[in-house]
Amino acid sequence: MKKSVIITDKLTKRFGAFTAVDAITFEVTQGEIFGFLGANGAGKTTAMRMLCGLLHPTNGRAEVAGFDVFRQREKIKQHIGYMSQRFSLYEDLTVRENIRLYGGIYGLKTNELKTKSDTLINRLGLNEEANKLVRSLPLGWRQKLAFSVAILHEPSIVFLDEPTGGVDPVTRRQFWDMIYETANAGITVFVTTHYMDEAEYCNRVSIMVDGRIEALDSPTGLKKTFSADSMDEVFIQLARKATRND
Amino acid sequence: MNAVEVNNIVKSYNRGKPQALRGLSFQVQPGELFGLIGPDGAGKTSLFRILTTLLLPDSGAATVLGYDTVKDYKIIRRLVGYMPGRFSLYQDLTVAENINFFATVFNTTVAENYHLIKDIYQQIEPFKHRKAGALSGGMKQKLALSCALIHKPQVLFLDEPTTGVDAVSRKEFWEMLKKLKNQGITILVSTPYMDEASLCDRVALVQHGTILDINTPQGIIQNFGKPLWSVRSNDIYRLLNDLRAHDATYSCYAFGETHHITLKEDDFPIDIIYQYLQSKRHESIEIQQIKPNIEDCFMALME
Repeated sequence: MKKSVIITDKLTKRFGAFTAVDAITFEVTQGEIFGFLGANGAGKTTAMRMLCGLLHPTNGRAEVAGFDVFRQREKIKQHIGYMSQRFSLYEDLTVRENIRLYGGIYGLKTNELKTKSDTLINRLGLNEEANKLVRSLPLGWRQKLAFSVAILHEPSIVFLDEPTGGVDPVTRRQFWDMIYETANAGITVFVTTHYMDEAEYCNRVSIMVDGRIEALDSPTGLKKTFSADSMDEVFIQLARKATRND
Repeated sequence: MNAVEVNNIVKSYNRGKPQALRGLSFQVQPGELFGLIGPDGAGKTSLFRILTTLLLPDSGAATVLGYDTVKDYKIIRRLVGYMPGRFSLYQDLTVAENINFFATVFNTTVAENYHLIKDIYQQIEPFKHRKAGALSGGMKQKLALSCALIHKPQVLFLDEPTTGVDAVSRKEFWEMLKKLKNQGITILVSTPYMDEASLCDRVALVQHGTILDINTPQGIIQNFGKPLWSVRSNDIYRLLNDLRAHDATYSCYAFGETHHITLKEDDFPIDIIYQYLQSKRHESIEIQQIKPNIEDCFMALME
């Protein structure tokens, strides 16, 4: 059996009287592509921030990459990668500078970083652009670079927060090719998306409603349970039940 | 008279950088729900800013309700509503203050045009004393739409109103647009979500500042011109690579739980693909000819 890299047990976050994340329990195994879905305001971001060691939970228990989300938050940060559409690369640094900056932050040694940086630039075909500002790259290239930088230090898990928003359909699929490769190499991919066709690409999907995980299964399993033809239908059936106003 | 007319509009921001708009032309009829469908960087926002008189084109011309976007900008501004892509309302004013502010700026009152926004505004009215900055994404969107409607515009420009919004709120938003269209308002709406194209009367598919195609959603689909097959098996990732490796394959990409492929020759027997997959030890193979959707067409046009 594959080992679990994320284990949560009744993980909860309250802000005053408001329970943003309400006792969520689930496991994610090594090399899995795990889709983390939910309506706006369902508590996804709060849950993800706790798993990334950025936010102290109120109650419950969770381990990420073998480290405790209460006591070992700094350790967690070293063993995960993170990328979002909103915040990823520094536009006013060059391709090479961005790689160096993130590699450094993730604790890679100078020599190791030099080799990895060259390999990465080669693999992405960015040799001509290596010393150009990231701002001048097309969005699709920036997303691929951002993803590669997030896994440069070979983390056990990479968290992707809506990584493909606004990207053209061809680039979006190339991005998923990279996700598949990464998962095949044993890195767990934890991803949120508003594109329901992308939910179908995940091994398993969880759907949050009002702070709780209301459903968790493979896309095929979910469609069967909810007698739906597509993940879009499953999502809409579940999210319509939400009673929270924000 | 066309509600919107765009003639060979060119816009560039920096020398040496590709043009944001490379000679776009199209017309929108009165009462039409017209979609601009394309990814980030296609030029959607530049075009909307030109049409709402906030940006000057380098060359070309455009009219809105017959008025020139450069010469007659003052008239146009009174006649159109504009909801920009980023939430543009005053975050530190309450919901009620925002809507009153926009009504006042346009020399009207909320009461006078309440019937226009009623359906939408009622959903956020319980929170009217809350600051706009503290609203959820879906509610912000409803407030922004109410503010864009309060002066009874004849043409409404909505720049990516559903980006980053979940599937349920997106559905609700399109239902609101349909109602507005029924009241006779001309609507131009942009979106990166290809599946929303089918909800428009006509769409322009845009990429890198050019129009790839402009037609009714059905018309775009009819022009696909090649048989399209959906293929699935028990190992979907290996299937993608195996299908791409076959000589007869022209295009192959993931699409939800299946892969969509087209072949180099339209009359190539699909059985050969089936047998090939069997020889690669795929199980539960299913191959079906399907009707393309807008996203299939967009990708074919991108080539």
